[in-house]
Amino acid sequence: MARKHALPAQSQPRSPAAAASPNEPPPRFFDERRRPDGGIRAAYRDFWKRIEEVPREQLLLKQAEADALFRRVGITFLVYGEGGSTERLIPFDIVPRILDASEWKVIEEGCIQRVKALNAFLHDIYHDQEILRAGVVPKEMVYRNPAYRPEMQGVDLARRVYSHVSGIDIVRIGPADFYVLEDNLRTPSGVSYVLENREVMMRLFPEAFARQRVAPVGNYPERLLHNLRAVSPGDVSEPTVVLLTPGRYNSAYFEHLFLAEQMGIELVEGRDLFVRDGRVWMRTTEGPVRVDVIYRRIDDDFMDPLAFRADSMLGVPGILSVVRAGRVTLANGFGAGVADDKAMYSFVPEIIRFYLGEKPVLNNVQTWRLGEPEARAYVLERLHELVVKEVHGSGGYGMLVGPAATKAEREAYRRRVLNDPGNFIAQPTLALSTCPTFSKAGIAPRHVDLRPYVLSGETTSVIPGGLTRVALREGSLVVNSSQGGGVKDTWVLER
Amino acid sequence: MLSRTAQNLFWLSRYIERAENTARLLDVTYRMSLLPSAASQQDQQWGPLLAIGSAAAEFGARYGEAGGESVIEYMGFDPANPSSILACVAAARENARAERSAISTEMWEALNATHLELQSKKYRDFAKDGVRGFFDWVKERSHLFRGVTFGTMYRDDAFHFIRLGTFLERGDNTARILDIKYHQLLPQGYRNGEAVDYFQWGALLRSVSAFRAYRQAYRDTVDPQKIAELLILDADMPRSLLYCFEEVVNVLATLCGARPRECLRLAGETHASLKFGRIDRIVAGGLHDFLNGFLVRSNGLAVQIQRDFMMQLQFE
Repeated sequence: MARKHALPAQSQPRSPAAAASPNEPPPRFFDERRRPDGGIRAAYRDFWKRIEEVPREQLLLKQAEADALFRRVGITFLVYGEGGSTERLIPFDIVPRILDASEWKVIEEGCIQRVKALNAFLHDIYHDQEILRAGVVPKEMVYRNPAYRPEMQGVDLARRVYSHVSGIDIVRIGPADFYVLEDNLRTPSGVSYVLENREVMMRLFPEAFARQRVAPVGNYPERLLHNLRAVSPGDVSEPTVVLLTPGRYNSAYFEHLFLAEQMGIELVEGRDLFVRDGRVWMRTTEGPVRVDVIYRRIDDDFMDPLAFRADSMLGVPGILSVVRAGRVTLANGFGAGVADDKAMYSFVPEIIRFYLGEKPVLNNVQTWRLGEPEARAYVLERLHELVVKEVHGSGGYGMLVGPAATKAEREAYRRRVLNDPGNFIAQPTLALSTCPTFSKAGIAPRHVDLRPYVLSGETTSVIPGGLTRVALREGSLVVNSSQGGGVKDTWVLER
Repeated sequence: MLSRTAQNLFWLSRYIERAENTARLLDVTYRMSLLPSAASQQDQQWGPLLAIGSAAAEFGARYGEAGGESVIEYMGFDPANPSSILACVAAARENARAERSAISTEMWEALNATHLELQSKKYRDFAKDGVRGFFDWVKERSHLFRGVTFGTMYRDDAFHFIRLGTFLERGDNTARILDIKYHQLLPQGYRNGEAVDYFQWGALLRSVSAFRAYRQAYRDTVDPQKIAELLILDADMPRSLLYCFEEVVNVLATLCGARPRECLRLAGETHASLKFGRIDRIVAGGLHDFLNGFLVRSNGLAVQIQRDFMMQLQFE
């Protein structure tokens, strides 16, 4: 399938050897628990005092208990491999990542700002295109983008929202230095882990929750449903909302089930829906029932075999025409992907300034677009210290991690770049922060990233926390669950 | 509710019921094969079981002669046999996985645990512990699932479709067990009222948990015709055809609500023939033909249920 549906969307493997700026000595990684002077940072103080007193055997028991809980509930993801797919548990780490209110404020403001700007951008792109006429974003970046949907030109969406659920991938390299790696505006996954991780942590460490105020995340499904209802077609008073899944063999199927259940809405597949008389209907035991809002976890390409990929068995034939007539709302909307690929990424700071007139709160990682000759020359000189990626790649496929690659690999990649430079971007390798993590050797620092989830509808908001992914192997910067990554609960302390 | 959900749940409970009844059938056959009167005729004991799924040819090609061990392997653990206990549990679990939002967490967990346990063991492990232990385990897991369903599930349409599948499948299975064993056990030239092999017929009753019920209902020695009456026409015997169809009619009436549909009429028709049937007439007309006719009507009903509630979704 196309990109961005599996949970382990990528985070970049980066070498500890290479720093953000090549001329400085490699910095220490930012340790989220410990200050350079050895003291414990405020956010961790309470939890640390407690966990330090717990004998290792007891921690092992807690870890085993957590694993058993996940297995029993059946929270699995599918790993595709030879001979079909198998169900796996995603490794869960019992030490939470803890952010204090001031740290969270930066992330929250930054995410909201970004998603607001990107939704405004998408509306503009599919309407008057002021940003193109102003020359801030080059036209070809839009028109030659495979995620751009000319069919959506001039179509008015409810509340002008294109990305109702967004996942913003963030890494931290200093006390207040947060960098966005990627905006996921299509069908970002992983939020079920945020909710289940919290459930498990509240069972394992109830006293920690009793003593300090950890911002709750459990109302996410309620908020999501509220937002989805708020974007129903104008002529509907009691909207029927459904969640559309590719089916039980999708890697994120568990999450689809989980969210549908939590929201109390039907989990449907393409074959459960059909288009008739300009509306979308679902097949039920009582006959056809009209559907108004579809939270879909299927990529654009597969949504309508009449309009997009004709070989798709997952979608609903004719649904595009209903969307265009404004008689059903898709979340996320068709064509949102034009704003989240790796080339458009580099324009996001400009997009924020253009629509909101604000200074970006979160940093963008410096990005060289290799279609530009100067940037290309610069990057090709420094392949050994940079990360190079395909503009439309994901999941860590087809990328070059310079510091970790052999000379031959770099040469081969150089030829690929020269063959079609416009298809590549390069970024410096970043020094991901570390969090204390339970390992065989005891509790030790491991590298992490963060994906907060942003909801857009009546308003734009973020659930406090998000999915922290952790590279469980010592020294590793790869947080993908397919490559030894795990997840942690993320605590945001309320003041 | 979604037509697809209805279909998945309907089949989920059918698979579980089928797994349980397959265990019952294997169990009774195994018990009978241990009796001295059966020692010399293993083939006659085990062979007819394969007729159920019209599987005799496929079985023969892969296992050769039908004996206890090979039939138990085939019907218990063969993943390539879609009616094996292992395959039924896996299919039920797949359906449950697809409909986790429609069933309770406990139901999923019970079923998932059964599946995982079954996948983790090989036939030989079970055989080592004694196959009887395995049959009991399958029955227990089925009881557990049904109990959990009763104890935790919201009484919505999803619940009703699960009940529907359970009783339709159970009626079908009881008819098949009775058909096979009745004709196997009946002595040549048997005349009504003659004494029969207590142990063999007792085992048949036990296989459908009806031994005590028989004693209470008839206070008599085992008699083939009375056994048939108990398993076909007794309204209080929870595995009898009548009992199953009482449930089917009730569930369908609930599901149809104010809009009676063809499936309800079909179910009512069969129900009436059982409710007002007489065992002497049935036996005189040929029990085998009667049971066969029942199976045909039961299948027809399942097809009609599909038409009435599942909006032309294909069988998968």
